[in-house]
Amino acid sequence: MMPTENPAAGLYVHVPFCASRCSYCDFFSSTDTESIDAFVDALLCEAGTWTDAFRNFDTVYIGGGTPSLLSPKRLETVLDRVCHVFTLLPGTEITIEINPADWGREELTVARDLGINRISMGVQSFNDDELSFMGRRHSGKEALRTIEDAVAAGFGNLSIDLIYALPGQRYSQWQASLERALTFAPSHLSCYELEIKRGTPLGDRYHGGELPLLTEESRRDFFLRTSEFLEGAGYVHYEISNFARSMERASRHNQKYWDHTPYLGLGPSAHSYSNGKRWWNHASVTDYILDCGKGIRPVAQSETLDMDQLRLEALFLGLRTGKGIDLHRYRHRYGRDLLAEKGPLLAEFRRAGLIEMNGTVVRPTRAGMAVADSLALL
Amino acid sequence: MENVRNFSIIAHIDHGKSTLADRLIQRTGVCDTRTFKDQMLDTMDIERERGITIKSQAISLPYQARDGKAYTLNLIDTPGHVDFSYEVSRSLASCEGVLLLIDAAQGVQAQTLANLYLALEHDLEVVPVINKIDLPSADVERVIAQIDTELGLDPETHLACSAKVGTGIDDILEAIVERIPPPKGDPDSPLAALIFDAQYDSFRGTVIHCRVFEGSVKAGDTIRFMFNDAVYRVEEVGLFGLTRIKGDRLSAGEVGYIIAGVKTVSSVSIGDTITLHERPCGGPLPGFKEVKPVVFASIYPIASDDYEDVAEALEKYKLNDAAFIYEKDSSVALGQGFRCGFLGLLHLDIVQERLEREYDLSIILSVPSVRYKFILKDGTELFVDNPAHYPNPMSIEGSEEPYIRASMMMPDRYLGPVMSLCIEKRGVNSNMHYTSPGRVELTYEMPLAEVIFDFYDRFKSMTQGYGSFDYDLIDYRPSNLVLLDILVNGEKVDALSQIVHRDRARARGVQACDRLKDEIPRQMYKIAIQGAIGGEIISRSTVSAFRKDVTAKCYGGDITRKRKLLEKQKKGKKRMKMIGSVSIPQSAFLAVLKSDTDS
Repeated sequence: MMPTENPAAGLYVHVPFCASRCSYCDFFSSTDTESIDAFVDALLCEAGTWTDAFRNFDTVYIGGGTPSLLSPKRLETVLDRVCHVFTLLPGTEITIEINPADWGREELTVARDLGINRISMGVQSFNDDELSFMGRRHSGKEALRTIEDAVAAGFGNLSIDLIYALPGQRYSQWQASLERALTFAPSHLSCYELEIKRGTPLGDRYHGGELPLLTEESRRDFFLRTSEFLEGAGYVHYEISNFARSMERASRHNQKYWDHTPYLGLGPSAHSYSNGKRWWNHASVTDYILDCGKGIRPVAQSETLDMDQLRLEALFLGLRTGKGIDLHRYRHRYGRDLLAEKGPLLAEFRRAGLIEMNGTVVRPTRAGMAVADSLALL
Repeated sequence: MENVRNFSIIAHIDHGKSTLADRLIQRTGVCDTRTFKDQMLDTMDIERERGITIKSQAISLPYQARDGKAYTLNLIDTPGHVDFSYEVSRSLASCEGVLLLIDAAQGVQAQTLANLYLALEHDLEVVPVINKIDLPSADVERVIAQIDTELGLDPETHLACSAKVGTGIDDILEAIVERIPPPKGDPDSPLAALIFDAQYDSFRGTVIHCRVFEGSVKAGDTIRFMFNDAVYRVEEVGLFGLTRIKGDRLSAGEVGYIIAGVKTVSSVSIGDTITLHERPCGGPLPGFKEVKPVVFASIYPIASDDYEDVAEALEKYKLNDAAFIYEKDSSVALGQGFRCGFLGLLHLDIVQERLEREYDLSIILSVPSVRYKFILKDGTELFVDNPAHYPNPMSIEGSEEPYIRASMMMPDRYLGPVMSLCIEKRGVNSNMHYTSPGRVELTYEMPLAEVIFDFYDRFKSMTQGYGSFDYDLIDYRPSNLVLLDILVNGEKVDALSQIVHRDRARARGVQACDRLKDEIPRQMYKIAIQGAIGGEIISRSTVSAFRKDVTAKCYGGDITRKRKLLEKQKKGKKRMKMIGSVSIPQSAFLAVLKSDTDS
């Protein structure tokens, strides 16, 4: 599906609470769940501050943090408010991220009844040792049960999150989790390579010299084999870490991030983008609640992208996707003829098997995806 | 004229020449402490940072001596590096005496000797001054002994000072008056003035620094440069204070400046004689030599859009550096650029740094080369300083390369390794003598090309800083030269080509490949680096590809962060030159010349 030039925006809601912190995660979240109610109130206020800038949405994504820490009641309040102040277009994709330990059949059914039509489940692994290494609260067994519950609750549109390339992990171990996931024939899989970030428990262990990371070569091997395996199983590798049973099942919301479609982020630390401008909210629940209480937008900072920045983003984001970059459209939107300016380099990338060119479309090959960041620096 | 003294300070590098000059300027009250900037005479940033004088400067110091009379002491500063020895000799020719400065801790070094010889050649009165006596490692007794045995000067005549702390300065000023003879010359004779420097002033054009030996010159006179045979009308003459001090005339014995509507410093040859057009002197002052560059390299803008900017910067730079020459050049790999000639590697470094710093340009320098001579089968002689112009091998009858006489001084414990180094560098006709117990002076005749290839750095590290080095060009000698090409992913990078001696070609090829492998960052595909002579590959190395660099997650919040990271990388990449599909950093081009021991 070719995106039109003025597609409807996406709405992101960040729920900044977690029962505990995962060892690898550097997203903004708080384990102080006392302030959930105050946060929900603030969120309702914040939504009202954006009605002059955003109206129609066709995707909603409730992420975190751990959105499944919200009770179905609170979730209903949030969704009611969103529907009240904005317009959700017919067929809106509404996704929620859930943690397998949190919800059972009952909560899932309520969520379904609230109009949520897509689940992204943070399974990460089916192996208990790996789960405890990552600091997850659930077991492999719980994950299996929650997937079954979600399917039973009617979530045909189900995405399973998995993480690979853990220190010391063998590919066969990883493949076991993948195969386990495939037994449910999920419509979508997100497979993330483990990244060690500063300030996380794993980051501390790594910088303390404790973690023997996989080599670049084996991380590449994991990446390529995962792609090969899932494409063999009928999935489309439509973004570095994302696989869909068909493009209809690709995350419509996430795709907006990759082609400069407007999106509004509500909640602490949430990012928004519209018309060359990007801004983000306070990464502090307290500051967030304070600003929203005063009826002002809880924006911490913003940036206006110049043409060079937009171009660079278009390149590195576009080259992350299987769809690639349409050079015609790129020239139209960003005013540069890549074929004329970088023709020899593109030819070299092609010779090296990093990209494919089909008409005016440049798409990264599997090997090209592995080095997409550098491709973008052409 | 009785009350004028013209003198220079000469010293080995870092023995404190500029600091002493500053101290003399301060003590004679030319400038108060408030306006005093350390190392007053070294006006360029690079000079101040590197602590060396690149261009000579001059200043007149008013001095009330102990005999009650007022004197004018003309201090002519001299460049402090081996690349600039001709400029030093012209400055010395303008003086009657020198302060020979010796570091109390380091003692006599190669340039101390070389400078002393120059001073003696010009019949100058030499006042030995031991500097840095405040250092804990100072060994004044040893230096006094060296003055006797190594310099052959009367040790009784030495002075001691610490220019840094300011002790002993008064005695030095007195010695200048007492021991250095006043200039001679007849103000009524036909004009003979020696040009020892020329500097560019954006308002007035070239300011000629000169020493008048005979006659006098004033505004309105028509002057003639005897070697260049150019005629100009004098607009202004004067003396040097901290700034120029306009005067009525410059007369025999004086040191000052002439402004005569000369547009560029290149129109002025250091060492040329100025005379009056209408009433010329009998002949030029002795010692003139045309300065010729000995090291050549090409300069290319990293971004080809910057070509015009580089052209403009070179033009401006050239205004003030007559020793620097350049002409248009083009490279298959690097595009349009300029072939440049330098007095030596330091000179090359300085030009590169000034272009980058003062004109904010990102440039690439090709591998430096000396000027080779080829004798072709049809009998013609061809000078080649650019590997791109290497003649067809089939047409070559013979080849020659420039040789230098290298003079090195060091404690004798380093003799073994230094001799091995010189032999490795194809040194011949060695000569060695003990200047004092434990210290030797070693001379070798060596190809200049070997000296620009990592000799100096290795010599310095091998002698742990106790060795000193000086050189003179001597002649061209038969050699056996070949062209070493470097191929990056099969593509010849002409800017990396070198003309080398056949016996050294393989080693050079291996070394070049190794160095490039270290300098070229990993890229998305494997990069093969090869050294080749003719069609034959003689060395190779490989830069492996990076294979995975993409980050797993990129959603709302990650995009700005990630873009910033890529912007930074992109900026770094702009400092690299794309050759074919490979980004080669600036550093790679000079690294080819560096040995493994530096890294």
